Amino acid sequence: MAIEFKPSPSLPPPSTSVGAVAWVRQNLFSSPLNVFLTLFSIYILYLLIPPIVEWGIINATWEGSSKAACTAGGACWAFINVYFEQFMYGLYPSQETWRINLAVILIVLLIGMFAIKAINKLFLSLTILLVYPVVAYFLFAGGVFGLEVVETSRWGGLFLTVLLGVVGIVASFPLGALLALGRRSNMPVAKSVSLVFIETIRAVPLITILFMASVMIPLFLPEGLNFNKLLRVLIGITLFSSAYMAEVIRGGLQAIPKGQYEAADAMGLTYWQSMILVILPQALKLVIPGIVNSFISLFKDTTLVYIVGMFDFLGRIQAANHDSNWLGTTVEGYAFAAIVYWAFCFGMSRYSMALERKLDTGHKRN
Amino acid sequence: MSNIKNTPSNKSFLNDAGNRSLIFQIILLAVVVFVGYYLFSNLQANLDNRGISTGFSFLNEPAGFPILIHLVSYTEASTYGRAFLVALINTFVISLLGIILATIIGVVMGLARLSKNWLVARLATVYIETLRNIPLLLQMFFWYFAVLAALPVPRNSYEFADFLLNKRGIYSPNPIAQDGFGLVIIGFIVSLALAIGVIVWAKKRQTRTGLWFPAYWSALGIIIAVTFLFFAAAGFPLEFDLPQKSRFNVTGGMVLPPEFVAVLVALSTYTGAFIAEIVRAGILSVNWGQTEAARSLGLRDSMTQRLIVLPQALRVIIPPLTSQYLNLAKNSSLGAAIAYPELVAVIMGTTLNQTGQAIETIGLCMLVYGSLSLSISLFMNWYNKKMSLIER
Repeated sequence: MAIEFKPSPSLPPPSTSVGAVAWVRQNLFSSPLNVFLTLFSIYILYLLIPPIVEWGIINATWEGSSKAACTAGGACWAFINVYFEQFMYGLYPSQETWRINLAVILIVLLIGMFAIKAINKLFLSLTILLVYPVVAYFLFAGGVFGLEVVETSRWGGLFLTVLLGVVGIVASFPLGALLALGRRSNMPVAKSVSLVFIETIRAVPLITILFMASVMIPLFLPEGLNFNKLLRVLIGITLFSSAYMAEVIRGGLQAIPKGQYEAADAMGLTYWQSMILVILPQALKLVIPGIVNSFISLFKDTTLVYIVGMFDFLGRIQAANHDSNWLGTTVEGYAFAAIVYWAFCFGMSRYSMALERKLDTGHKRN
Repeated sequence: MSNIKNTPSNKSFLNDAGNRSLIFQIILLAVVVFVGYYLFSNLQANLDNRGISTGFSFLNEPAGFPILIHLVSYTEASTYGRAFLVALINTFVISLLGIILATIIGVVMGLARLSKNWLVARLATVYIETLRNIPLLLQMFFWYFAVLAALPVPRNSYEFADFLLNKRGIYSPNPIAQDGFGLVIIGFIVSLALAIGVIVWAKKRQTRTGLWFPAYWSALGIIIAVTFLFFAAAGFPLEFDLPQKSRFNVTGGMVLPPEFVAVLVALSTYTGAFIAEIVRAGILSVNWGQTEAARSLGLRDSMTQRLIVLPQALRVIIPPLTSQYLNLAKNSSLGAAIAYPELVAVIMGTTLNQTGQAIETIGLCMLVYGSLSLSISLFMNWYNKKMSLIER
């Protein structure tokens, strides 16, 4: 008669090695140093979080028409409320701001159309790159179809910030690609011209370039010919970012295996054919995250136009801080600016990371 | 036999790759020279029309404007050349201090983000992601207009020991050397020599016998002890000029003006966040097997980090670190926006406005930043070569 073997049920793991308790022990209190660090961190949080919440939410005032309305002792968000339009559109006439909104809606719709399979992507891209800017320019500046003319000196706020960033990055793209190709070219003249341009621009801060754009460009032009300030600053920003763009694209060009160049040559393609049809499409795919990153830093750098007297988003906030009705709302203004800039930049950096994962088709060697 | 028609090869001049590249380059060169000439001739004409004479002779004229922060003597009667020197020193000082502070912050935050302590790692992540994604200019404005401007007036200064903190800046006791301080300096030099001697001796002994000696700690001890001995022997020849609060101002002491503090804090915390990411990436790039190997050799954790992980991580860290240092030096120009008298503010701001010498002033600035960038990258390249892996 066989004795059936019945294993006794295994005991549950000790309560100290599973669940919340174990997690806390392992991650917060694993050693004396960690105990100290955890307590120190909690203390810092205790110092920071309650006052910020109290100031920013609990005691905050949301409505009102001057600083006098903010009596609760907390943040005076009414300031942001009152100035919101200026922060967004600068001094753009308020009955005309629909034009900016329309342009934004248009571009969102156009980009959204990429999702529709029936539409030719090349056609759509060309529309966005060639037709849309013209439409947008006339929408913003006016002067056609009975639209009121709005001087560029009245453009400002977040609108100007986004405009500077987007135009800067889009316009610098072809120039950057040319410079990158030039720097890798076998022709000594092309190579040295690109090299000198790229390295000179990269060695100096953006602010010198902006000063150059606002002070020196008029000196270099013949008598009588003059651009408006926005255009000069845009030229400066474009030249600046094209040097960085060139380096990003050059990184992509270097990552393309030599076999691709040789195969293109063996097919009998000319230099430009091989670049446009074979090399650049592959290289650009590799550097899209890099381009998004340069866009992020350019977006942050556009704040510098304030120093040459243009009122972008930060500039408008800085100007509003001097309003005598709202003295003492500096922190609120900066907090709002910080939240907006942070949301843009953080969003884009996450997007760039996601792109990197999505576009990674496994070309890496390791 | 073959039905492929043998076309004669195109022998035309233009079909030769070498010739075409030559022609293209000649055209490019011509365009560059022409554009340069065109711009330059316009410039010449414009300057003549405005009656601006080119040249650097303006540097010898009196500047006539005050500079609040100067480390070498400067008055309104000083020349533009002197103002340039003052601004140059201010830029160098802020860049150097910024680089040191940013490195410290970056290393601490980078390590904290890798910490096994969940809370510490989270806090470091929040710090890095917040500061990296907010424009530097906004951060400078925040420190200058929101934090430092909100400090009390001098009468109600915060006091810690002999330090004062108010709207006008941070005041600290100013050490003033008395007679006999030369002896202390001699003592310091002697202690340095002794310390280096100890390090050299310890290294030699270790190569010879394998015995280890805590050379760096002893060197530090020797420097402190010997200098202090000389200091005591000279009869403590140092007095402190303490800052004194008066009704509207603070007299005496040393002051760090708010402009300086704001630029320094903003630059170092901002760049520190970038450096933290570089440090983290560098440490993560070192294969885990290296750590395990070090542990199985019986090295303690601190030694594993110092002797195995860090030297290998540094090779990955240094190139991007160089570009962060360069960025910091260039970003110091943002101090112009809050009136920190650095190069851009003094030369491209005030001097340009007063003299109209656009070409010279902007050229001078670009030259300085160019050489600053070049020297930092040369130094870091040399260091990189020294640290890089010598493969056999």
